[in-house]
Amino acid sequence: MYGMGILKGLGITIKHFFATYTDEIRYGLRKYTKAVDNFQIRQGPETKGIFTSMYPDEKIAVPERFRFVPFLVVNDDDHPDAPGADWCTACGICAKVCPPQCIWIVRASDPNTGRPVPRPDEFYIDIDICMNCGFCMEFCPFDAIKMDHDYELASYDRTTVHIHDHERLIKPFSYWKSIAPTTATEEAEARGGWEHIDVIKERKKREAAAARAAAAAQPAAAPAPQASTAAETPAAADVAAPVAEAVADAPAPVVDEAEEERKKAERLAKREAALARKKAKQEGGDN
Amino acid sequence: MVDHAAEPVETLKTGTPEDAAAYLLEKFPGAVSADTRPGFQGVIVDPAKLVEVAQTIKDELGYDFLSSATAVDYLGYGDHLEMVYHAYRISGGTALNFKAQTDRENAKLPSLVGVWRGADFQEREAYDLYGIHFDGHPNLKRILLWEGFDGHPMRKDWKEAYYEDELKPFDSRWPDGGGVHRSEEKNVFGKNVRYPADFDLAKLTDISEESLYKMAGVDVEMHAMDDGVRTDTLVVNMGPHHPSTHGVFRMIISLNGESINTLEPVMGYLHRNHEKIGERNTYLMNMPYTDRLDYLSSMGNNLGYAIAVEQLMALGPRYSPPTYRAEVIRVLMAELTRIVNHLWSIGFLLNDLGAFFTPMLYANNEREKILDFFEAASGSRMMCNYMRFGGVFKDIPERIKSMATMVNDRVRDYDTMQFLSQMINERLPRFIDEYDRYLTENEILRERCIGVGVLPAEDAINLSAVGPLLRGSGVAYDVRRAEPYSIYPELDFDIVVGKNGDIFDRYAVRMQEMRESLRILRQILPRLEQTKGEPIVSGTQAYSPRVPPGESYGRVENPKGELGYYVVSYGDDKGTQNPWRYHVRAPSFINLTALGPMTRGMKIADVVTILGSIDIVLGETDR
Ligand code: SF4
Ligand code: SF4
Repeated sequence: MYGMGILKGLGITIKHFFATYTDEIRYGLRKYTKAVDNFQIRQGPETKGIFTSMYPDEKIAVPERFRFVPFLVVNDDDHPDAPGADWCTACGICAKVCPPQCIWIVRASDPNTGRPVPRPDEFYIDIDICMNCGFCMEFCPFDAIKMDHDYELASYDRTTVHIHDHERLIKPFSYWKSIAPTTATEEAEARGGWEHIDVIKERKKREAAAARAAAAAQPAAAPAPQASTAAETPAAADVAAPVAEAVADAPAPVVDEAEEERKKAERLAKREAALARKKAKQEGGDN
Repeated sequence: MVDHAAEPVETLKTGTPEDAAAYLLEKFPGAVSADTRPGFQGVIVDPAKLVEVAQTIKDELGYDFLSSATAVDYLGYGDHLEMVYHAYRISGGTALNFKAQTDRENAKLPSLVGVWRGADFQEREAYDLYGIHFDGHPNLKRILLWEGFDGHPMRKDWKEAYYEDELKPFDSRWPDGGGVHRSEEKNVFGKNVRYPADFDLAKLTDISEESLYKMAGVDVEMHAMDDGVRTDTLVVNMGPHHPSTHGVFRMIISLNGESINTLEPVMGYLHRNHEKIGERNTYLMNMPYTDRLDYLSSMGNNLGYAIAVEQLMALGPRYSPPTYRAEVIRVLMAELTRIVNHLWSIGFLLNDLGAFFTPMLYANNEREKILDFFEAASGSRMMCNYMRFGGVFKDIPERIKSMATMVNDRVRDYDTMQFLSQMINERLPRFIDEYDRYLTENEILRERCIGVGVLPAEDAINLSAVGPLLRGSGVAYDVRRAEPYSIYPELDFDIVVGKNGDIFDRYAVRMQEMRESLRILRQILPRLEQTKGEPIVSGTQAYSPRVPPGESYGRVENPKGELGYYVVSYGDDKGTQNPWRYHVRAPSFINLTALGPMTRGMKIADVVTILGSIDIVLGETDR
């Protein structure tokens, strides 16, 4: 019969229309409790009706790999040794790999000698140009630049606020762990600990040296292989343990005391500065 | 050596490209020579004989399908412009690649539109971007830029407004930061109101409008209709701001009553000189840019580009092909992309027909679910940037899981394999069947689609139409079978073809192709399980790989048709870090060549639907 096709189509439209409400009936008021994760169901492959999420009252959380405008990783403010220290070593790889070339880095240099030091003095990303490709994160050898999840960056004036400077870019490492736990864990496993890779390398070197020294101090009867296992074991244990505990505690380094003292003072000062900064930020946010 | 006198013509039509080249060398002594540059293939043809050679290639050698025609500027290496043609047989096989060279000054070549009409837009593009004049071209005008534009931007010595340096990475970025600037501050146009002192505004004069309408024939012309009624030609401008044109696309239509006399597509509103950007970029940097071509099927775009560059890398000593798991994941992504794209295109076809947004949103509902998976795997729903040379970015995640980090975030968490198998085995087939019932028998859809916008098979081939447009006309041509790549040879699927080449057949081809994609995906799932944990890239990923010198043409069957990348690495024997030439053979762009012929004699009300049935996306058309 002519018109049958249209009628059949209308039937399907009606079915879709009701499917949305049968879901409502199925879950009833439970929909608004925590008991049923109705969101998970109605946004998943099993749902029948059509559902939208009520942005901004309800936002679909983004998956771990979601990438939006990068941020720079720094140590947490309560880091025992170097709170707020940059993970970035200003190696420049991200600036080189960035397809639209929106990263500008000024490498820091020692004020006395003028020699470059592995730390960025300034770091800029023009987020108007950033295409959110994620290459900077993918190729950074120090896990220092990561893609963020915060996509709500609307602002009233693009000409002043869309070049993110170092201060705007930095976020503590714990933030990265919170938005991408799986990736962060994988990366930590690859590095050998939760610390910055340089810290881990340094520690391993020291441990190896200490082990060698211990082996040398041992009576000559001690066979060589033992020494080498001694050198390896702590390193291997390091990988598993800190990752599991999610806390890194570097073993006390063997350095002369004056140096130790100076460093400690420096650390304290840094920590205080970081805390002050954090406080200032919070207060700034309250206004 | 082929003896063309003794050999029956049939073997010529099935021989390899090498045989064909040998035949040409013999038949046209002095006019055809082999391309001996390392890594290059094919023959170089003397421009004076180009048309004759092309005719031989088409008629005697059976290369009836011109896939790509594009120019390259060899400034500093012989200082000539070169047109590169890739011709294929519709029955399958590899390309016969032939070239013609001309001086940069007074660049001139004979047009091949008389041989393959598919060369039409591509030659206009070469004229526009490289300034090569094609003798005998029926309508040689700029196509992406406006008439009156100053210069030919793809020439190596042309510099753009934001020009900073020849090649990326730019030196100023590190270690001194180079004085941070927003690139718009370097623009000669400033904030779009200031012009530099020596800037000649007259050069900006846009004279294209005039020439457009002139060509459509605005002067009043009277026509006598059959019944003695007299009408004048009416010129209608559709677009660029027209919701049904799927983007900023414009058509100048001259009408006789309600019937179409001529239709002239006007494009380029989204032109950004993608290829110039691509030549400044390193090889890897182009990957995320390819996402922005056909932004509805970024995974497919990635795959094509990866294949093109891998072909070049394979010329070098240290190349390892993608791992098996990488190939499995690539096909998984490519086929899901096909479904995503077809859902979108059918939905929009219905929009064009006036079934406003209901069918479209049903289709989109399914599409969103697939994009959820893309987002979990690659980090982005549409700009996936997922493929890498030798593999993929990351393995598919264990779980499609989100993290609540912002206020009001609602969390979802699914097992990836379970999600995929639910989608592929249950949800999508069920939906496609329902969608089929929903639409296919609808009388309105049938009335408006059957017999409208017919493209006969020979015309489709001649016009270099690809994808569902070509298959809708009954030509079983699919790159996945014609020149298989990745693991398609071991997968079981059919090429879907139509019969009549009308809108309805294109629609039906897309509907059925989704089912075939699901069939492929059902074969992919066990392979995914089997290869779990295997490496997803071969070798290590370098951020700026060196690519050995040579040329390659990598092509894939994208949802919209054959997508090809012509990539040339040139200028350094040890290999280059930036492509010398990066060209995209965009299916949407070349399929539009058929729009004019298809609409001739049709009613004006059908134009939008015919355009919708080609399924174009302007990101790719305008590049
Ligand atoms: S690649 Fe990493 S370490 Fe190097 S400059 Fe960039 S953020 Fe810093
Ligand atoms: S995400 Fe891509 S575009 Fe953005 S800063 Fe990183 S490399 Fe550059």
